[in-house]
Amino acid sequence: MNRLLLISLVMSIVFGCAEKKKADSGKSEIVENEMVAKDGDGQNDIPFPIYDFDGFEPLLHNNDGKTYVINFWATWCKPCLEEMPHFERINSEYDGKNVEVVLVSLDMPNMWKSRLEPYVMKNKIQSQVVILDDPKQNDWIPKVSEEWGGGIPATLIYNKDKRTFYERGFTYEELNNELKTFIN
Amino acid sequence: MKKIRILGWSALLLIFVASFAVGFKVAAEHNLDDGYEIGDLADDFELKNVDGTMVSLSDYESAKGFLVIFTCNTCPYAQAYEDRVIALDAKYKPQGVPVIAINPNDPSVKSGDSFAKMIERADKKGFTFPYLLDEGQKVYPKYGATRTPHVFLLEKTAIGNVVRYIGAIDDNYQNASQVEKPFVENAVNAMLAGNEINPKTTKAIGCGIK
Repeated sequence: MNRLLLISLVMSIVFGCAEKKKADSGKSEIVENEMVAKDGDGQNDIPFPIYDFDGFEPLLHNNDGKTYVINFWATWCKPCLEEMPHFERINSEYDGKNVEVVLVSLDMPNMWKSRLEPYVMKNKIQSQVVILDDPKQNDWIPKVSEEWGGGIPATLIYNKDKRTFYERGFTYEELNNELKTFIN
Repeated sequence: MKKIRILGWSALLLIFVASFAVGFKVAAEHNLDDGYEIGDLADDFELKNVDGTMVSLSDYESAKGFLVIFTCNTCPYAQAYEDRVIALDAKYKPQGVPVIAINPNDPSVKSGDSFAKMIERADKKGFTFPYLLDEGQKVYPKYGATRTPHVFLLEKTAIGNVVRYIGAIDDNYQNASQVEKPFVENAVNAMLAGNEINPKTTKAIGCGIK
């Protein structure tokens, strides 16, 4: 009797674990440093990848010899739109020079179709645009930078040697000068 | 033996004094920063309300504290939280902690945040609390507000209004029904019960103050 109990206990542990593993591998594979977009949200007609913070975080920790310029913005943020041409100019001027500009939209879901997409199309934005959609801001803001109070525009510039966070807007000259300190 | 003991005590005393010195140094550094930290005394103000009167914290003789909320008409986050701010006032004004809303934006930069538009907004949403204009933008830098909405919970004490919590209203701007951590409610409840507030500060995305 006791032995039976023991066997069933062991079986349940083994199968329990196996089942869990199966459930895990059923999700999209999370390769280290690869961003994982959300899916199945019924947002498939939005032409930008949509991430929660876990899916987005690898973008903040690439270690591939490139310099990343990660700009946090939203269409409702006027100073963000004012500095947008400077990021676009950097993106085109540093094309092929190991600099990646990524524009991270913090627009709310109800603005993706009505404001974000029209803005990007109308202004022919060439830099990569992604959506960060994660309401647990108090959890993820410090993971971008401990210094960040939560205001936008905000920009992170980093490469494998250097990392600086800016909770402010930029002129083209300011942005270019900052970027140069990462490249030379 | 006795000598060793005295030596031990004086070492302890030294550590004690040294730790105080470090404490003071940290406090001094904090004071150099812009804006209030937890435990600081918040200055009173006298600002124009949408009803035309001037409002100060000292007007509220029987208050136990204040929810000073920097907010505005135009910011989508501020708008997303308007109903929740009204709910906070409804819940905590009777308990002695009224909402005092302040628009920190400069109307000459942000015309949607003009005093006339503030009156419209307060009327349309049925604000039950004062909605003040930070004319000349003198109050928000003192508090260290950086965005809207930005909450400062003050406790009225014998020595003045002590800052007890700084940050966001809750942990889900998108959907009030999916809030897991109502930061401000937890903070006010803890304050009124005399308990430790945890967390004392939180972060959120908001519209920069213009």
